[in-house]
Amino acid sequence: MSGVRVLVGTRKGAFVLTADGKRTDWQVSGPFFGGWEVYHVKGSPASPDRLYASQSSGWSGQVVQRSDDGGRTWEPVGNKFSYEGMPGTHQWYDGTPHPWEFARVWHLEPAPGNPDVVYAGVEDAGLFRSDDGGQSWQELPGLRTQGSGSSWQPGAGGMCLHTIIVDEDRIFAAISAAGVFRSDDAGQSWKPVNRGLQSQGIPDPDSEVGHCVHHVARHPSRPDVLFMQKHWDVMRSDDAGESWHEVSGNLPSDFGFPIDVHAHEPNTVYVVPILSDGEHYPPEGKLRVYRSRTGGDEWEPLTKGLPQQHCYVNVLRDAMAVDSLDDCGIYFGTTGGQVYASADSGNSWAPIVRDLPAVLSVEVQTLS
Amino acid sequence: MIRLVLPAHLRKLAKVNGEVHLDVTGQVTQRIVLDALEAAYPVLRGTIRDHESGKRRPFIRFFACEQDLSHEPPDTALPEPVLCGREPYLVVAAMAGG
Repeated sequence: MSGVRVLVGTRKGAFVLTADGKRTDWQVSGPFFGGWEVYHVKGSPASPDRLYASQSSGWSGQVVQRSDDGGRTWEPVGNKFSYEGMPGTHQWYDGTPHPWEFARVWHLEPAPGNPDVVYAGVEDAGLFRSDDGGQSWQELPGLRTQGSGSSWQPGAGGMCLHTIIVDEDRIFAAISAAGVFRSDDAGQSWKPVNRGLQSQGIPDPDSEVGHCVHHVARHPSRPDVLFMQKHWDVMRSDDAGESWHEVSGNLPSDFGFPIDVHAHEPNTVYVVPILSDGEHYPPEGKLRVYRSRTGGDEWEPLTKGLPQQHCYVNVLRDAMAVDSLDDCGIYFGTTGGQVYASADSGNSWAPIVRDLPAVLSVEVQTLS
Repeated sequence: MIRLVLPAHLRKLAKVNGEVHLDVTGQVTQRIVLDALEAAYPVLRGTIRDHESGKRRPFIRFFACEQDLSHEPPDTALPEPVLCGREPYLVVAAMAGG
């Protein structure tokens, strides 16, 4: 029988939530790595019981954990992330050069075809790859050294590489606050792909780099169509990032963090509008997911089962995911510790859990 | 034998209960003890000292005999009560945060 496994990273540990295909009765296990920040947990598409988790703390830095039994047991693997060569500098908040320093792993992306190959997006922004199941990590330095790296500047949350989309030779990586970059040779060389982005908070609003991209998503059937939630603006590209146009349309706010695409409808997109960059909570205190069935521009609020008063949580960039069951499931977690699920493409919602630590990330696996 | 006490979160990570006992020979310094600890428990590499610089992580402290040794050079010999096992060497998660 089919089922789903939701992988939740929080400020104080990881949780694994499981249900059968009806997605109504949930089992909650965890916390794993209690007390540690877990920025991300993700499973291998090639071997679903192979999971990777990024565990970190202010006291003891980075640990990467691996499970080979779907999250029941875990073993630490390699945690040494060394930038290739002389790391050089990027811009600091005050405009001075600042040495590249590893802080943590924000995102782990197992490769589509091989459970031992996994990519890590880190702060300070860099992309690493492991070919041995996480035991050792090698930087793909072409991204950091492609020319604009010395001008990158951290966003408020740090200079993180938070989005990794992998085809065979094509890789997209998104960095806050630098923008989107694309490699067409398996990560050896890179170029910025930000034409069309407009950001009023930087000196040159349509600069080639410097944009605060919050998240990028796409449907696997249309590899050149990308959807982006930027600091402000929801954007779309139909040519693999070569050009972008705004699709914020009638959203009540085009500020937000997550964005995702329906598993079976490549033109159906989900965002969670947030009031502003200074007010990280939903407009009017109403937690609303917005859905576009037209690839952007025309959005409808999805509210059934979500709090519609006095709600002031945030939904972070990696905290939304979709399953691939026949009626697509949508999941998101909040900074208030709730994880909500919809088993009907977003028409109605119910909390799986209400009182976890602040949720940093949500991923879901569809199990056969 | 050196008696070493880890903070709770690192005991859990290394899957140890209570004190760690390390057999080290020659001149026993903080660096030698921590090298021996990491050799016995590789999972602790990078969690006490930075991988790249080898320096103590900012929110980790080293205590022994009611003294803070955190700022001592890593090659300074440890106090005699630690060398003879009468006192433990403490790796401490600093009080930090609100």
